[in-house]
Amino acid sequence: MLIFEQSQTNRRNPSQAPLVKAEVKDIPEKFRRKKRPLLPEVSEMQAVRHYTKLSQLNFSIDTHFYPLGSCTMKYNPRACNKLAMLPNLLGRHPYAPESTGQGFLACMYELQEMLKDVTGMKAVSLTPLAGAQGEFAGVAMIRAYHDSRGDKGRTEILVPDAAHGTNPATAVMCGYTVREIPTDGNGDVDIESLKAAVGPQTAGLMLTNPSTLGVFEREITEIAKIVHDAGGLLYYDGANLNAILGRVKPGDMGFDVIHLNLHKTFSTPHGGGGPGAGPVAASSRLEPFLPVPIVGKVQDKYLWETEKTRPKTIGRLSANMGNAGVLLRAYVYARLLGREGMHRVAEFSTLNANYIMAELAKRGFDMAFPKRRATHEFVLTFKKLKDETGVSAMDFAKRLLDKGFHAPTTYFPLLVPECFLIEPTETEAKEELDRFIAAMEEILKEARTNAEIVKGAPHTLPVKRLDDVRAARELDLVWKRTG
Amino acid sequence: MPFIPHTDADVKAMLKSIGVNSIDDLFDEIPEKLRAGKLTQVPEGLSEMDIGRLMQTRANQDGAYINFIGAGAYEHHIPAAVWEIVSRGEFYSAYTPYQAEASQGTLQLLYEYQTMMASLTGMDVSNASLYDGASGLAEAVLMAVRAHTRTPGTGKKTARKILMPSTVHPIYHRVVHAIVANQNIELVEIPHCTEGGHTIPESLRQYEGGEFAALVIPQPNFFGVLEEVDALTDWAHAHNMLAIGLVNPTALALLTPPGQWGAKGADIAVGEGQPLGAPLSSGGPYYGFMCCKEALVRQMPGRIIGRTVDKDGKPGFTLTLQAREQHIRRSKATSNICTNQGLVVAASTIYMALLGPDGLERVAQACHANTLALVDRLTAIKGVTRVFNRPVFHEAVLRLEVPVSETLRALEAQGILGGYDLAEHYPHLGQALLVCATETRTQEDIEQYAFHLERIVSKRRLDPPCAVKTNPNA
Repeated sequence: MLIFEQSQTNRRNPSQAPLVKAEVKDIPEKFRRKKRPLLPEVSEMQAVRHYTKLSQLNFSIDTHFYPLGSCTMKYNPRACNKLAMLPNLLGRHPYAPESTGQGFLACMYELQEMLKDVTGMKAVSLTPLAGAQGEFAGVAMIRAYHDSRGDKGRTEILVPDAAHGTNPATAVMCGYTVREIPTDGNGDVDIESLKAAVGPQTAGLMLTNPSTLGVFEREITEIAKIVHDAGGLLYYDGANLNAILGRVKPGDMGFDVIHLNLHKTFSTPHGGGGPGAGPVAASSRLEPFLPVPIVGKVQDKYLWETEKTRPKTIGRLSANMGNAGVLLRAYVYARLLGREGMHRVAEFSTLNANYIMAELAKRGFDMAFPKRRATHEFVLTFKKLKDETGVSAMDFAKRLLDKGFHAPTTYFPLLVPECFLIEPTETEAKEELDRFIAAMEEILKEARTNAEIVKGAPHTLPVKRLDDVRAARELDLVWKRTG
Repeated sequence: MPFIPHTDADVKAMLKSIGVNSIDDLFDEIPEKLRAGKLTQVPEGLSEMDIGRLMQTRANQDGAYINFIGAGAYEHHIPAAVWEIVSRGEFYSAYTPYQAEASQGTLQLLYEYQTMMASLTGMDVSNASLYDGASGLAEAVLMAVRAHTRTPGTGKKTARKILMPSTVHPIYHRVVHAIVANQNIELVEIPHCTEGGHTIPESLRQYEGGEFAALVIPQPNFFGVLEEVDALTDWAHAHNMLAIGLVNPTALALLTPPGQWGAKGADIAVGEGQPLGAPLSSGGPYYGFMCCKEALVRQMPGRIIGRTVDKDGKPGFTLTLQAREQHIRRSKATSNICTNQGLVVAASTIYMALLGPDGLERVAQACHANTLALVDRLTAIKGVTRVFNRPVFHEAVLRLEVPVSETLRALEAQGILGGYDLAEHYPHLGQALLVCATETRTQEDIEQYAFHLERIVSKRRLDPPCAVKTNPNA
């Protein structure tokens, strides 16, 4: 039932709003709203019960194993939430002077310093509000760099065909055309194709390493050299940083600019689709172009560095300084982990992924790259199973929901047919991985003996499989009162 | 090991299953020379108690001030239930609802949000959020350029200019520029009336002629002043431009919604969602809302939730129109946006449900009344005047006889954040200050502000060359 269907005209929550109804006389009638908006008129308890019940319809990390590849669904420590929501931190206005935010700014400055270390880069700006905005910042910086040198002929960004969709979309938002580079049979960028593609028109290359295929790009040094020799720059999509945190620094791989998804590697919550945070880090040649504001430190005082002190900046990407509350959660997480804890992230996320891959391979699942190590994630394909039984990756995913596991990422990377991208993260215990492996095996058996039960899944969730085609054809995006 | 549950026995068994001797062996595909040394700038890990103590110290250091700054982020009361529910793990730790059947809670909530927001703005449809108000306006500009069609006979190239009043939040202007300039879209600034602080509809004649894709119309504008939205919207439509309404959602409880501006209504409505249940929190996370006319829905960026049925005919909710989005359309997507601000939208939805139409109206009325009381009280002080003569909503510009930055510092020493200094962005206004008093300010807060301001102003008048003494009690 929708909240609107529980609504009754003139039902109010008097304690939630000002008790006295102030009269407004000075706003002329022509500016005034004539009809009240359609907002629910429910009691506080009705609202609390409704949204609590809705929450219970969700799978989440707190309730389910959530091996969603490329999304890094690790545990979100409760301390991060609690400490980011201390009253003075919540109450601080974004335009309050720096003198009233030295505690907050100290956290931000230290987070910048830690991220510099982790990425091996010269400087960090925390301001991008999500991964895609961090990507935007990175590519806009590449463009600003070429422009600053009068190098106007660079109109093209290279993107591997395995890349996240945000990469080509970002390049276009920055005014570039996109050229895709194919992947070879082992999941590496095809070097010969790359050599053929670079030239004076190349502004840069966007790359994730490990790639979205769940393997480490072994020729990264060679790739960096090819792009740099052609006068292009390298952008690192930090979506998969969990795999190498504390073990490989993107700066050492030759990248000029990188963004990080703090809502992945640094465990800030995904919140059903955000908020995230996508700080961007730069090498010394791109540092001047970083988005502002950035937290600076002069003697013992923290301050905002803005357009005034950073005149080459690509500018501002939000009205304020980024998703401060998310950044605070990431800061607390980083301090809880500490140096050793960070090194272990990559170790144990990689251990978990390789363990599931090994166990599933033993049970007859087809790996997309059987000869490669898994990184923090890996790809398997149901191509053969679908040909034999008609059970698709989507069917398999829906059946996993019935067994109490969130499905892995399906049909991505686009290069591998009928695929799953499985990322367990480091925070899952072996017992949970074993239960997942057992469920996968059960479904594989079902597919071969009782395919219909898999094709008809899910059977046990609040709704059965939804009609997406109807959703797009007969658009119903807002509720309308009928009768 | 923080948040890693593995015992030594687990590790041993897992390595054996994989067929390697050590965890290090799992990294053997990474070239030796790329394997990093130790992290040097990351300190040793802390216990929860230790980090708790550190964060409490830092929060205490920042103190709590009586706040009269608005300028796009507003201190409102947030009902206790809002973040209690939002912090439930089932909302807090869920992903974007790609698996619809396992995400009906988030999806239904977002559908309810879309309904509330479309109604509040008077528009046909809403998306499920953008990052914030400023970047949301940038997306609206990009959307307008995509949706705009040239008047026949005026050339084939798409219009790539946008009219942006100088009464739009100046930082929004910068953000929009930073985002859209890469696509060769130009923002042309319209000067404002010096007496009224608004955009004069008659002054727009010079922009007629077909070069522009859209006109941005802020309501209220950055100065708190109400714009002639009907005339501006009709002018935009008469000259083949889209009208983009940039609105404060609290204000919409009292003001005509963009969907009803002029004869046809605005085409796109965007704004900062923070006032609806998000704490100030040093500027984020907030969210940008975006609503539009139904005909434009396929040009809209961001997630959109639709209601449909499952295979048994039971209603359910799912992400829809995904063919606009980057994970399907890649380089041809309407935007690169992926993660948005879902959890803050959940807070807003619950906020609106708890307040209802009457509650939101009371909040808007109280904010407005408090700001007027503040303005009346402060302008009673000699040397403090009101700058603009037009009606406002819950924010106003004052002029001081004394330098604003010094005055604000002196107020800060008294625990008061006195407003937003307009010197940097609007130097032509002189020593001008933007002030706001939401429903959270009391009569006593206003009296305190007035008391200290009066003292600072009169002291400065008596003794102009000296620095202001900030704390007479010290």
